[in-house]
Amino acid sequence: MSLFNVFKVSSSAMTAQSMRLNAVASNLANADSIVGSDGQPYRAKQVVFEAAPVAGNSALARGVRVREVVESAAPARMVYDPRNPAADANGYVAFSNVDPVEEMTNMISASRAYQTNVEVMNTAKSLMLRTLQIGQGQ
Amino acid sequence: MADIQSHVGVYSKALNLRAQRHEMLASNIANADTPHYKARDFNFSQAMENALGGRNVGGSLAMNVTRQGHLAGAGGVSFANVQFRKEVQSSVDGNTVDMDVERAQIAENALHYQMLTQLISDKFSGLRRAMSSAQG
Repeated sequence: MSLFNVFKVSSSAMTAQSMRLNAVASNLANADSIVGSDGQPYRAKQVVFEAAPVAGNSALARGVRVREVVESAAPARMVYDPRNPAADANGYVAFSNVDPVEEMTNMISASRAYQTNVEVMNTAKSLMLRTLQIGQGQ
Repeated sequence: MADIQSHVGVYSKALNLRAQRHEMLASNIANADTPHYKARDFNFSQAMENALGGRNVGGSLAMNVTRQGHLAGAGGVSFANVQFRKEVQSSVDGNTVDMDVERAQIAENALHYQMLTQLISDKFSGLRRAMSSAQG
């Protein structure tokens, strides 16, 4: 039954959007980090979505999956602070290149998309319940 | 006397197409943030005509069997000709999903689906009444 595919499609989108939210959380948490675990300044991470066929081999349904996680190529934010132990020879400290405004808009977009998919799933559920009720009235 | 299938046949075909359209619109909404995704839809009335006429459009949906042993696919959905939606506002990532349009379409489609379930229910209760009235 094809309405079951709606659940697969919407849940794949919800998984993808929650991964995006994860990336946003990681970026915002590290907005003021100086060095990451690899010794380099933290770089903002972004997820890239791609359309993917869902299980069940339906030509109509296209789910979403995260193809890759890319790191922002923006230059690190340089702050003049000669007293900081991480400062370079000129007294500048390389902070992460996270743009908090961009991350906040990303977060709102991801949460709205998540909500919409929940709604689509609920609609499909109520349609299926209506289908089950066919012929039950007197 | 016509059999029961002919009473609800039209409705059940329409119901199937509505379910398939819901699936397709859900895919559009799910891929609202996917780069280069093109929103898809099909013309319901055209698909309904094909379903009633028993015309398998095939085309974009049927699986090609080019070698022996290929599976024909789940199929059953080849009445609809899938088309790409005309884009109203282009976005830089090549995505053509317009959330307002999709939301409106999915609401309309769900309403039509519910109307169809109601109509089928009414059909059955009509049949039931016809059967019980003869029993005095």
